[in-house]
Amino acid sequence: MTRRIFACAVYAGLAAGVAFALLSFAFVIPPLLEGELYEGGERVHFGAGGSPESEAGAPSLGGDIRRHGLTAALSVVSFTAFGLLMSAAFAIASRRGARIDARTGLAWGAAGFFAVQLAPAAGLPPELPGTVAAEIGARQIWWGMTVVLSLAGVALIGFGSGLAAVAGGVALLLIPHLVGAPHLDRYFGVAPPELAAHFATRSMAVSAAGWAVLGAVAGHFWSRADASERTPRAA
Amino acid sequence: MNTTRTLDRADSPSDIAGIAAAILLGFSLLFVAGISHAAILHDAAHDQRHAIAFPCH
Repeated sequence: MTRRIFACAVYAGLAAGVAFALLSFAFVIPPLLEGELYEGGERVHFGAGGSPESEAGAPSLGGDIRRHGLTAALSVVSFTAFGLLMSAAFAIASRRGARIDARTGLAWGAAGFFAVQLAPAAGLPPELPGTVAAEIGARQIWWGMTVVLSLAGVALIGFGSGLAAVAGGVALLLIPHLVGAPHLDRYFGVAPPELAAHFATRSMAVSAAGWAVLGAVAGHFWSRADASERTPRAA
Repeated sequence: MNTTRTLDRADSPSDIAGIAAAILLGFSLLFVAGISHAAILHDAAHDQRHAIAFPCH
């Protein structure tokens, strides 16, 4: 069981991390680099003349192999972390009779995306570089609490029975947002709102793709291990 | 090798330990990739943290 949990997590984490990194380089890193132009002052929106105009267009990725290599490597680390938690949850769920395969794994991936990415992003949107926000420690605590409560809420809705479980799950999902994420009482944005919004939606879309790959690949390898256990090896 | 096959159905302590180890390692990796304030980790993970919407800076 232990080997199976770790094998699933590594295969799925690698596949999802690579998919996420490739999609990031195509869709998320370009607006991120464009945001850095405003962070560093190379481009100015609402400049001296007060005009809300600035040049649009992302710079090329450039030849910084180390920077982009680290981004790809850390993407694999992040998705392997998510994969380990998902495979551990597979182990618990399958012992209770849940059917795990590539198809149901896709649903697990969607639930993971919802709880780990979308729910915290509703309070703390993905940030362009240069975004001035509340103190990092407070945001990380809110982020962590939101992920834990949202995972518990999703699990309660998915695996609980009866209306009370659904109501409890919805309550867990709502609590962090009723409490509210830490925010400043002023706006400091230097980048055009169009760019910040597009970066945020791109980040969510590409993360969703990563989670879909993670769930489907983890589910696939989990069910393959099931099948090989059911087939007598001497036959 | 073949003798371990029957353990899967039982609530064996090694299953529980495996699940716990996976959860522990998962959170450890998440800390490295997404949360640690150590400058070297923050700088290495910077773009990825922004892309994946971890709180950064």
